[in-house]
Amino acid sequence: MNGFEGLMHGFSIALEPHNLLWCFVGVTIGNLVGVLPGMGVLSAVSILLPLTFGMKPVAAILMLSGIFYGAQYGGAICSILLNLPCHPPHAVTCLDGFPLTKQGKGGVALGITMMGSAFGAAFGILQMIFFAPYIAKVAFSFGAPEICSLMLLGLLAGSTLAKGSPLKGVAMTILGLMLGLVGTDINTGVERFTFGMIDLSDGVALVALSLGLFGIAEFLKSVNNTAPVNMAYANVRMKDMRPSKAEMKEAAFPILRGTIIGSLCSCIPGTGPTIASFVAYAAEKKISKHPEKFGHGAIAGVAAPETSTHSSVQGDFIPTMSLGIPGDAVMALLLGALIIHGITPGPRLIIEHPDIFWGLIASFWVGNLILIILNVPLIGLWVKMLMVPYKFLFPSALFFICIGVFADKNSLYDVGVTLFFGIFGYLLLMLKFEPAPILLGFVLGPRFEENFRRALIISRGDMNTFVDRWISATFLSFCVILVGGQLFVRLRKKWAAASYVVGAITLALVAYLNMYVFGLCLIVIAVQFALSLRAKKPLATSEAQPARVAGE
Amino acid sequence: MISEKRRDLYAGGLVFLIGSGAAIIGSKYTIGSLTKMGPGFFPAALGVVLAIMGVLIALTSILNSSNAPAAVDPHHSMQTEPDWRGWGCIIGSVLTFIFSADFLGLVPAIFLCVFVACWGDKTANLKSSTLLATGITIFGVLLFYYVLRVQIPIIRGL
Repeated sequence: MNGFEGLMHGFSIALEPHNLLWCFVGVTIGNLVGVLPGMGVLSAVSILLPLTFGMKPVAAILMLSGIFYGAQYGGAICSILLNLPCHPPHAVTCLDGFPLTKQGKGGVALGITMMGSAFGAAFGILQMIFFAPYIAKVAFSFGAPEICSLMLLGLLAGSTLAKGSPLKGVAMTILGLMLGLVGTDINTGVERFTFGMIDLSDGVALVALSLGLFGIAEFLKSVNNTAPVNMAYANVRMKDMRPSKAEMKEAAFPILRGTIIGSLCSCIPGTGPTIASFVAYAAEKKISKHPEKFGHGAIAGVAAPETSTHSSVQGDFIPTMSLGIPGDAVMALLLGALIIHGITPGPRLIIEHPDIFWGLIASFWVGNLILIILNVPLIGLWVKMLMVPYKFLFPSALFFICIGVFADKNSLYDVGVTLFFGIFGYLLLMLKFEPAPILLGFVLGPRFEENFRRALIISRGDMNTFVDRWISATFLSFCVILVGGQLFVRLRKKWAAASYVVGAITLALVAYLNMYVFGLCLIVIAVQFALSLRAKKPLATSEAQPARVAGE
Repeated sequence: MISEKRRDLYAGGLVFLIGSGAAIIGSKYTIGSLTKMGPGFFPAALGVVLAIMGVLIALTSILNSSNAPAAVDPHHSMQTEPDWRGWGCIIGSVLTFIFSADFLGLVPAIFLCVFVACWGDKTANLKSSTLLATGITIFGVLLFYYVLRVQIPIIRGL
């Protein structure tokens, strides 16, 4: 099936009344969750996950994805009008969005955001249409060692490039991998980490884990601890949203650049919308002729990050759908949903379940259209939603969590497991761990172990199999660059000598693994060096270190 | 509020404990060899790596003597003292749900779950809590009992 036929097939599925309805429900809930201060996408997706078990897989996936991209529209409203970074990807939008609101231009900022969002999303979807089938085709030739190395790369990127300390991120990923091991081992039937409890022999339920970590833990953190909502500027109507011609002109190029940055970020596993928006903002500030305007209501400072968020949100689906490797925790949940619905994620998904893949893509078009319609004429309604106080929100959500987890397997034991992970998750939050990588590890854990075992059985216990096969070696070399590069950047300030040793070891390992990647590294280093000589500044550019930008 | 340095020390300690615990438990299952891996291989290996990560986290906290100010999340004001009321009510609400769903039935479970959670907020009062709990109960019974057919009787013993 080529792209055009596939898309037509997809539309025929996405426009079925039943699927259309669930797509609508998904994006509406997503938008609502985005607007409500104190609710996260992750908790919303996991609360609704058990409700989809009775649905057809296509409808379930359309709805759950709708929540994800729908929330990006709502999140913008929250950060521009209220200065509340309810959602990490939109935190940076507050910097310029709220000053614009204070100047009475909140409507214009929202209007520009909507235009940018639509543009970015469209680009992201096109990217998925063109690249995902191609990537899947390449991935057909992957054997167990390649899949293993690729997963390692995905896990490493997901844990070190995301928010927070990379070391803690890796620790959380490993913890997630271990939680994925709980239950009966598929190969030998031995029960692992069940502590003699029969209810655990099926493993930890995905819903219980995610609702504990992202639902209950979040409530424990936020109760009595939310900033009062400042509604003084939040009266926006539809006619305020139309930007003037000059403002359109000002926003056009930032939107274009934001789109490109977003789609680039979505290509790197582990760098989701949050990093894309931070990088886009930093880049825009650097390029701008008036960097002093940033932070005081620069239109570019709203347009670029918002656009990049949307293009990377749509692009995020590419590795999930074509390789079965989720880029972030939301994608991990979606992957978990696919598995629960009996669909094996991986390169075969596009061929074996074209209805899901193409239906999903078509529903992106439909869903984004619905979101524009929902947001532009009905903006006043969403603004009113901002006023729902947290003290009504979290008790209701708690009930949905309890009943949702119960409905999953009709087990009150799982509700207890959720509570356990809620308290544990709060402990982790207090110790400044980011719990999101746990979910990545948890979802990939069983497949990682299976492929690792299989690779070594085929090679008769020879670890060289991961290095000898060039595709696998290439992935491994990226892993080395990822770890070595971050160590290098971090050590440079205090221990310059150690950092150069790390750099040399990294390069040597890369050269051993793959000469082409080594050549690429040398070119990048040469270019950086040349640039740093010209600028006579340290060679730290914002694009080279998304992790640090996001960490700020 | 504990200092950042000490917090990272605790964090590393916790990770080390979990990792070494998993490694010890994992090594009790058969480890096997690389060619023929037993069920204990992966847990033990992960446990060892996790324990090493714990040591590294603790080490970096000791080496990083600079006390950089923690990033402030504007949505959440920094928590200064433990909020036992909020925590107790949220945890209590889930426990209430578990026990009342088991012994009393769906309607009391929903009502009590929401009602208990409401008191976690410092500004809660009887009227708003009852109203919210009643509303959610009606909505919840309609959605979960009649539409989604959750397997809990409306009231046990009827």
